[in-house]
Amino acid sequence: MSFFQIPSPVVARRLFLGQSSLVLSGAAVALLAGEGVLAAGVAADPKDVQILNTALGAELEAIAAYQLGADSKLLQKPVLDLAVTFQGHHKEHAELLAKTVEKLGGKPVAAKANYNFPAEQLKTQADVLRFAAKLEQGAVSAYLGAVPLFGNRDLARAAASILGDEAMHWAVLRQALGDVPVPSAFVA
Amino acid sequence: MRRRHPWVAGVLALWIAAPASAAPDAVRGAQLYARCQACHALAYDRVGPHHCGLFGRMAGSVPTFAYSAAMKNSKIVWDDKTLDRFLAQPLKVVPGSTMTYDGVPDASERADLIAYLKRVDRTAECAAHR
Repeated sequence: MSFFQIPSPVVARRLFLGQSSLVLSGAAVALLAGEGVLAAGVAADPKDVQILNTALGAELEAIAAYQLGADSKLLQKPVLDLAVTFQGHHKEHAELLAKTVEKLGGKPVAAKANYNFPAEQLKTQADVLRFAAKLEQGAVSAYLGAVPLFGNRDLARAAASILGDEAMHWAVLRQALGDVPVPSAFVA
Repeated sequence: MRRRHPWVAGVLALWIAAPASAAPDAVRGAQLYARCQACHALAYDRVGPHHCGLFGRMAGSVPTFAYSAAMKNSKIVWDDKTLDRFLAQPLKVVPGSTMTYDGVPDASERADLIAYLKRVDRTAECAAHR
């Protein structure tokens, strides 16, 4: 049933939430992690807040990078749709990270006014895909390097959840490029 | 002719095959650098500062980059030794750094990374972005 055919907004919301449980699970993990720290009655570890803020900076950069790709006119459907979808994921990550930083008493970093992307090197769809794949590969490494540092295990789990999403982006982008999608059994 | 004990031959064979003294591999370092590219680029600042001109540079001194106070006050000058120490455990070496990365525990990987960074630092591409 389409959401537009549901007469009651309450029913529509329930249906939407029911169908979106998988999408929202990552959000729930991260927000609950923030609440868990506060509920424990101890101050949040400043290192945890810094880890989240560094990740937020990288997510904001990724959002801008995908915008550059989408605006480049180099991406054709369905690759363009893929890029917009992945950008949407990064927006969700960023929103969540910012909320959690705030919840833990920190100040979320803001997006930069300008990013120094090598736009002049992006001349084809493959160039854009390779650029995005490099960023996603880096993101996997960054989250992998951050997970063991968290003092709060729930935050580590939330970061691992985002890592999984970045790894899927990387694999799909490699597939779109004609590369072996999953080049090895382990990531580093 | 005097016969050599088999275990002596075994130890010699292991010693000859041991890769411990292998020179750092900048090509492998280039592959490992993909990890750094989460936040860094050679020629331009990203979430982390650019790497061109790294060797001999005082930590926290790229004027276009907003460093943590911890990095600015670290008094580190980047060279093979300081990079090796930092890359092993960034937050242990500079607590409070925004480089919230657990580090590269494998010494040979760090050596390869440093060899790569040193090699690219000498290129014309890097010379224009110090």
